[in-house]
Amino acid sequence: MEITRQEVEKVAKLARLALTEAETTGFSQQLNQIVAYVQKLKTFPTEGVEPTSTVPGQANVFRPDQVQASLFAEQALRNAPDAEAQCFRVPKIIQES
Amino acid sequence: MSLTLLHKFTLSELQRKFTAGDVTATEIVRAYYLRVTQVEPKVNAYLTQCKEAALAQADRLDQALKGWRKTTPMMAMPLAVKDNICTEGVRTTCASRMLDRFVPPYDATVVAKLRAQNYLLLGKTNLDEFAMGSSTENSAFGVSRNPWNLQTVPGGSSGGSAVAVAADECVAALGSDTGGSIRQPAAFCGVVGLKPTYGRVSRYGLVAFASSLDQIGPITKDVTDAAILLGAIAGHDPRDSTSANLPVPDYLKALKRKDLKRLKVGVPAEYFADGLDSEVEQAVRTAIDGLRELGADIREIKLPTTDAAVATYYVIATAEASSNLARYDGVKFGLRAAESKDLLDMYLKTRAEGFGPEVKRRIMLGTYVLSAGYYDAYYGKAQAVRTLIRQEFEAAFQTVDLIVTPVTPTTAFKFGEKAQDPLQMYLSDIYTISANLAGLPAIALPCGFSKAGLPIGFQLIGRPFEEETLLRGAHAYEQATHWRTKRPAIR
Repeated sequence: MEITRQEVEKVAKLARLALTEAETTGFSQQLNQIVAYVQKLKTFPTEGVEPTSTVPGQANVFRPDQVQASLFAEQALRNAPDAEAQCFRVPKIIQES
Repeated sequence: MSLTLLHKFTLSELQRKFTAGDVTATEIVRAYYLRVTQVEPKVNAYLTQCKEAALAQADRLDQALKGWRKTTPMMAMPLAVKDNICTEGVRTTCASRMLDRFVPPYDATVVAKLRAQNYLLLGKTNLDEFAMGSSTENSAFGVSRNPWNLQTVPGGSSGGSAVAVAADECVAALGSDTGGSIRQPAAFCGVVGLKPTYGRVSRYGLVAFASSLDQIGPITKDVTDAAILLGAIAGHDPRDSTSANLPVPDYLKALKRKDLKRLKVGVPAEYFADGLDSEVEQAVRTAIDGLRELGADIREIKLPTTDAAVATYYVIATAEASSNLARYDGVKFGLRAAESKDLLDMYLKTRAEGFGPEVKRRIMLGTYVLSAGYYDAYYGKAQAVRTLIRQEFEAAFQTVDLIVTPVTPTTAFKFGEKAQDPLQMYLSDIYTISANLAGLPAIALPCGFSKAGLPIGFQLIGRPFEEETLLRGAHAYEQATHWRTKRPAIR
């Protein structure tokens, strides 16, 4: 089953990655190679087998909903690419029509 | 004591010297940086060095100890930490342009535990970007070099940590292992690498790659040191809901027995099939004979789903990675691309500029296997096969206590040899991946050298939370052989 160039472009958009032409070409070829290899999973019968999402023995873990110490705004903002008035600043989201 | 000899000690030896007052913390720091100055230009293990902070910390310790000699086990022990483990106030880059200038506001739990014992952080070590790779060739800041042959890779992704230990640039190091990233570089560099049971060590503050597989563990000069360092970092952590609420045993006690009598060790035929280099096979088979001579009951076992492990891993790990790495959006921390016309444009450009080729490839693959129409065929299928792999190990551990295998199909390969072929690079992880999929503890330790003089390692895999059996087996073998006494010439 071939992954088309269009599909690669669609996946890149979903993954929020701007790819160059060369990257799109390269990934098309490499993803096809890797996905072809992954087809071997089909040869292992798994009907009625429960999926493993994490190693068993672990269930949801709960704790009391109590106030705990956390980072101060200044600490949390120290690594921000752009910050103002204790907020992360981003480009305008809603455009004027 | 001569500063030029200090770096040769193991962790247990250095602990004894320090506790006895034979050496000060300041002497330790000076000795290790002397060594770093000599060999670092050749091997490039560190991304960040912390000399000033380490000297200041050492001075504080020496002053405090003038009237008070009680020490914690890790006090003044000079360690290196893989640069995907958060260190408060010390930049943590994941070897990515994305986190070039990221300075964590908190410590990972493992680091906090060591800090509480007054350890000395010498520096942060190189890795494949976001721990994705098997050679350090994916680091955005240049490769690390194998001390045994500077033309070959050190392995990865914890390549810098393995190099720092093998080249005596630290007494021990922390790595992380998602599909072999502690054990494979340890084998390539001739040192000991231990991946603990999933949940044994807190992942809090480990920058997430594949959360159901990631685990932090020690890379050390010998098995005793692995037991010491594991004991220092293991344990339940309320901040990691997947960390196990189980007591931490005294791992050093597991090393007291020097024989392997009544220990049943399984040899899976699937791990000695096509693709295994004959020199590696011979060394591992000789190691198995060694285990037998120590009293182990060696048995053939079957793990037929081994052939599916690489495919299963590269679906699950990339799926989890694509989700985990969605957080790098240029908003709260890390890189932000300049000149974006709107928010979407900022995401697209930031991620295009910040991530290297292998990270992009894995995000693409992970996004693909999770996308509508393919989820069941790939991700769902891989999760089911993961169950088969897990069940096979459970069945095997009904009849054996340990499983012995190679760590890698070959010795360390040359730079560039696999860099152009991602699938070939992935296939080199074939012997280490299953322990992550099944959540099992596994240790890699030296068992010989190739004719070209490159180290060969073998692997022991154990039952969940039975690191003691793993350490006992590894220690008995190590003590009966002389591999640990060989050191690289670095030239």
